[in-house]
Amino acid sequence: MKKFSLGRVAVYVVLGLAAIPVLFPIYYGFVGAVMGPGDLATYPPALVPHELYWQNISDVFRSVPLGRFYVNSAIQAGLITVAQIVTSILAAYAFAFLRLPARAVTFSLFLATLMVPWEAIIIPNYLAISGWGLARGGLTYLGLVLPFLASAFGTFLLRQAFLQFPTELRDAAVIDGCGHWRLLWRVIVPLSKPSIAAVGVYVFLSAWNQYFWPLILIRDSEYQTLQIGISQLNDAEVAQPGLVLAGVALSLLPTLAVVLFGQRYIVRGLTAGALK
Amino acid sequence: MPPPRTVSAPPDDRAPTVESTRSTGRRAKPARFTESALGWLLLLPSVVVFVLFVFWPLGRTLYLSVHGNDLFGAPSVYVGAEHYREMLSADFGKVLATTGLFTLFSVVPAVLGALVVVLLLEARIRGVRVLRTAFALPFAFSVATASVVFAVIYNPAIGVANGVLGSVGIDRVNWLTDPSIALPAVCAATVWMNFGYNVLVLSAGVAAISPEVVEAARLDGASGWRLASRITVPLLSPQLFFLVVVSTIHALQSFGQIHILTKGGPDQATTTLVYSIYEKAFAFGSSDFGSASAQAVVLLVVMLGCTAIQFGILERRVHYR
Repeated sequence: MKKFSLGRVAVYVVLGLAAIPVLFPIYYGFVGAVMGPGDLATYPPALVPHELYWQNISDVFRSVPLGRFYVNSAIQAGLITVAQIVTSILAAYAFAFLRLPARAVTFSLFLATLMVPWEAIIIPNYLAISGWGLARGGLTYLGLVLPFLASAFGTFLLRQAFLQFPTELRDAAVIDGCGHWRLLWRVIVPLSKPSIAAVGVYVFLSAWNQYFWPLILIRDSEYQTLQIGISQLNDAEVAQPGLVLAGVALSLLPTLAVVLFGQRYIVRGLTAGALK
Repeated sequence: MPPPRTVSAPPDDRAPTVESTRSTGRRAKPARFTESALGWLLLLPSVVVFVLFVFWPLGRTLYLSVHGNDLFGAPSVYVGAEHYREMLSADFGKVLATTGLFTLFSVVPAVLGALVVVLLLEARIRGVRVLRTAFALPFAFSVATASVVFAVIYNPAIGVANGVLGSVGIDRVNWLTDPSIALPAVCAATVWMNFGYNVLVLSAGVAAISPEVVEAARLDGASGWRLASRITVPLLSPQLFFLVVVSTIHALQSFGQIHILTKGGPDQATTTLVYSIYEKAFAFGSSDFGSASAQAVVLLVVMLGCTAIQFGILERRVHYR
């Protein structure tokens, strides 16, 4: 490897220039969260805080019930994730190993649901869920999660994983007297953990980040999710960007943790559709 | 969600089943019955969710699109194609044009930009791992959190965007309230939101390229630009194709950034199809479910059309290993 070359310097320069617009909003989101009103209200705005102003963090909890939003989001995203993992495992097992009449047609109908944009069917879903009385009070949790309890994506990904399962292992389990139910939960599920984790990480992130559905469904602010809460904080506190950015930084912690610790599962889930 | 590329199911005999390996010929029939019963039982939860929240609403959207509200506000009066005729207006033409521009200018720069970055990361330089993680970081932001950060950056009085312009002597820009700048500003924010995902997918693609191919090309004297254009990019074409399909679908569905940054304004400059559906059905106590559903049908047709075009035209040019 050569120590110095013009090309290599050019690569660094271009990457450095590209990194500025990519990293700046991240930097600003977190640094702005601990900037005092003095730094944020000046023009031109300060890029580096003169002092760390931690009060934003405590103020944001006083301004909106951020803790409550966290709990709501955790319940909503948690329920969706657990439910989708379970329903996808069951359906994937049926598609991968069981002889079913009309299996090909049913599988195609599952995949067809991926082609239907949620935004195109959101109106009848809204009318149905709110008509059933699931948009108010504690029942809002039910309304938030009901349409998302199953997923063709998860089923597809797990079916692919199950089909790669060594036939010998399955046969051995069967010869030992293993029925379908035990085979699924004692043999196949434990050995498919990476694929299940990929589905879980992917489903959790998309559920946690939902915006449109909670925005239109939730009527009691008590059941507001974090994403909607942060955007309302932005509407209410335009004059206090430090407060708003503190809310953003706090709401990012769970997803940052999932992205950093679940990175390899994310890539697995992301590329499941991209690669053969 | 990424649509899987292959839609065909395996033939029935591909997976030898547990029951059939265990059962004797005499027992085969009842065993097969219980097996299919079990299968349907396992599929039941998913099927119920899909019927209730996908297939039935799909039919209901078509129904609503040809109905108007009755005296009590319930969408039950048949109005035929009236909502569709309403769409033959300059207003709706603008919505479609805005949707097209938004899609084009949020997909193309994000995919090309990520491609350039990922190719440059292939140059054998120090700190590649750190840089790759850094470029993928926007993925951790949700549409809502990223939009809120951009709302602060675009703030005309105290935002950094104007601060930077001011430091080089350019006047303040009303990023989100100037009709000619709002759409590019929302597109730029969307490009940022998609960048991390694109880098992740393309990096995974590069990692999957076999080192032998690259080494062989290097031995033949290829390096830099030639290696990228003749080897890496062609081998990345499945991922590029996938990204174009998925980001187009995402762009057509974009809602959060428009709702948070501009509310479709100023003067409808950022009203895309999905935002228009929201405005008609839900915004400001509006409940014009008929018109909104007709537009939802248009969205459905546009998205299916895009997917079909992309699969029909692009896939033939894609190099699969």
